[in-house]
Amino acid sequence: MTSLNTYRGGPDEGGHFGQFGGRFVAETLMPLILEVERAYTAAKADPSFQAEIDYFAKHYVGRPSPLYHAERITEHLRRGDKGAKIYFKRDELNHTGAHKINNCIGQMLLARRMGKKRIIAETGAGQHGVATATVCARFDLPCVIYMGEEDIERQKPNVFRMKLLGARVVPVTSGSRTLKDAMNEALRDWVANVDDTFYIIGTAAGPHPYPAMVRDFQCVIGNEVREQIMEMEGRGPDSLVACIGGGSNAIGLFHPFLDDKNVRIFGVEAAGLGLDTDKHAASLTGGRPGVLHGNRTYLLQSDDGQILEAHSISAGLDYPGIGPEHSWLKESGRVEYVSSSDAEALEAFQTCSRLEGILPALEPAHALAFVVKLAPTLPQDHLLVMNLCGRGDKDVFTVAEALGTEI
Amino acid sequence: MSTKSRLERRFADLKAQGRGGLVTFTTAGDPTFEASLELVLGLPGAGVDVIELGMPFSDPMADGPAIQASSLRALGAGMNLARTLDLVRRFRGTDEDTPIVLMGYYNPIHSYGVEAFLADAKAAGVDGLIVVDLPPEEDDELCLPALKAGIHWIRLATPTTDDKRLPSVLANTGGFVYYVSIMGITGTREVQADAVRVAVERLKRHSELPIAVGFGIKTPEQAASIARVADAAVVGSAIVERIKGGLDDGDRPRPAMVPDVLGFVRALAAGVRKARNG
Repeated sequence: MTSLNTYRGGPDEGGHFGQFGGRFVAETLMPLILEVERAYTAAKADPSFQAEIDYFAKHYVGRPSPLYHAERITEHLRRGDKGAKIYFKRDELNHTGAHKINNCIGQMLLARRMGKKRIIAETGAGQHGVATATVCARFDLPCVIYMGEEDIERQKPNVFRMKLLGARVVPVTSGSRTLKDAMNEALRDWVANVDDTFYIIGTAAGPHPYPAMVRDFQCVIGNEVREQIMEMEGRGPDSLVACIGGGSNAIGLFHPFLDDKNVRIFGVEAAGLGLDTDKHAASLTGGRPGVLHGNRTYLLQSDDGQILEAHSISAGLDYPGIGPEHSWLKESGRVEYVSSSDAEALEAFQTCSRLEGILPALEPAHALAFVVKLAPTLPQDHLLVMNLCGRGDKDVFTVAEALGTEI
Repeated sequence: MSTKSRLERRFADLKAQGRGGLVTFTTAGDPTFEASLELVLGLPGAGVDVIELGMPFSDPMADGPAIQASSLRALGAGMNLARTLDLVRRFRGTDEDTPIVLMGYYNPIHSYGVEAFLADAKAAGVDGLIVVDLPPEEDDELCLPALKAGIHWIRLATPTTDDKRLPSVLANTGGFVYYVSIMGITGTREVQADAVRVAVERLKRHSELPIAVGFGIKTPEQAASIARVADAAVVGSAIVERIKGGLDDGDRPRPAMVPDVLGFVRALAAGVRKARNG
């Protein structure tokens, strides 16, 4: 690997992170994508835009989220003189229960600047759908959420929450009826309603400028961690861990630290029933580069380049692609990508509930499952920060079913 | 290209005849390789001037329900990009004159390998490519290599393509320009000939190329109304729906499927031929 001066310089003007990213969309969408890019560039240069975001982050979302020393988990993972000191970044305490709202506030404020009158979004687990429906209620814009039929079945509480917030939830019946198909359908809607509609993409993927823009909105996570850990420990972290579906919570935590060479960074993908089966969602460890949903990135695909269905117990990780910046960080070697299975995540979910009194979402339960393996190998003065990016209330039905329990 | 390409010869012929052309879209391998080949072999005899063949893809973002379903039927029956090229090769063995344009999405080609795909496509007798998710910003990927390989790159122009953007959209386009007449996905709305006339006139100010108009053309009358104002009318979803109507519950073709679809195509061709644009 060539050594870089910075890992934080991307993307280039065409939206590329190395060979990844880009703008692979139909001509119908190109003028829109360029319009979003122009508007976002102008907003970034306007201090009042960041001031607006900060205002809503503080008073509406509840930021900063705490950095919490998970003492009992730390204790639980001590082995002799080993066992890292574990911190949770508590983004599950945000309004709506996950990191997704950070991005939705940013994109909604941009959509308002652009004078858009209607919001659409895709959702997998429903967290992004709920966050989008929430900001649409707050800013009084009509909201249409595309959600795969299978996810609607798995995430009924979130579907109801979206409806209570005034959103229209459109079931997607094409393809595998999950997140990727919801994204296809949202893109179709956007193509047909280009004049008045803004598409709030939920993860750091899609055509440029979305991967960079979503990352920027999520970087509040890592920026807060840096300040908080300095205050609590007088120094920076030694390692960072976050789960990856599309990868927005992870890039938000990682990006501010990419140039801190001594910080080890781990992204945890969903291994489903195992990487040796065809039932997983680990695009980086089990896929290869391709082009889907507007960007070149690692994808789960057949020999013929057809997109495969992903599988994970966590609907939020159940996506056959990944944000392009992660693909680049993998190839550049800066971030280590690993995976946790359904069973490991389920175990970590229960451990966290019992030891810390926190029900994590199944998504960060994947990150925790890796922490369970990693922490006991590290010295006790090693500071490990894991992004607890969502709360588990939405998952209690899935977990009950997996444990064979009737609620 | 020093000598005229098949597409250039075909549009020159149409001009000489004083009429607009008929372009039909079907998905290669829908519902099966054999039925699809039989259908495609019958298209020139039914009056089709240019054949557009879809390369099946699992996630056709710009297509409506009818064409999505046709893609999945083809994939379900074992279609892939290599067999799509095989279908073209078999057709080319019987017809040297009718241009074939492949339409689809980039990932299957990316996976096949750009250089290998272009060499195999050229050898099979492919005349042009329409790859929906490759805008001018990504021309290095496949457009420029295709031009080098002697295959036309056919770009979609849309109502959102303003005068500022049009030159870059037209820059590497050859064979014809495909004007998407309505905003949205394939097969969902109906075309308005008056709006198309204005749009075609605008395109003609920027390009000498023939203009084919697609999206929303479902009947022989509509095809005729478009052929009056453009150089060709493209019919896709309506034909694909017709194919679906000829399948049994297991998505296998009934014996009447191919003759029925060709009958519909013949009616479209008759409509276009009556609409002389002088």
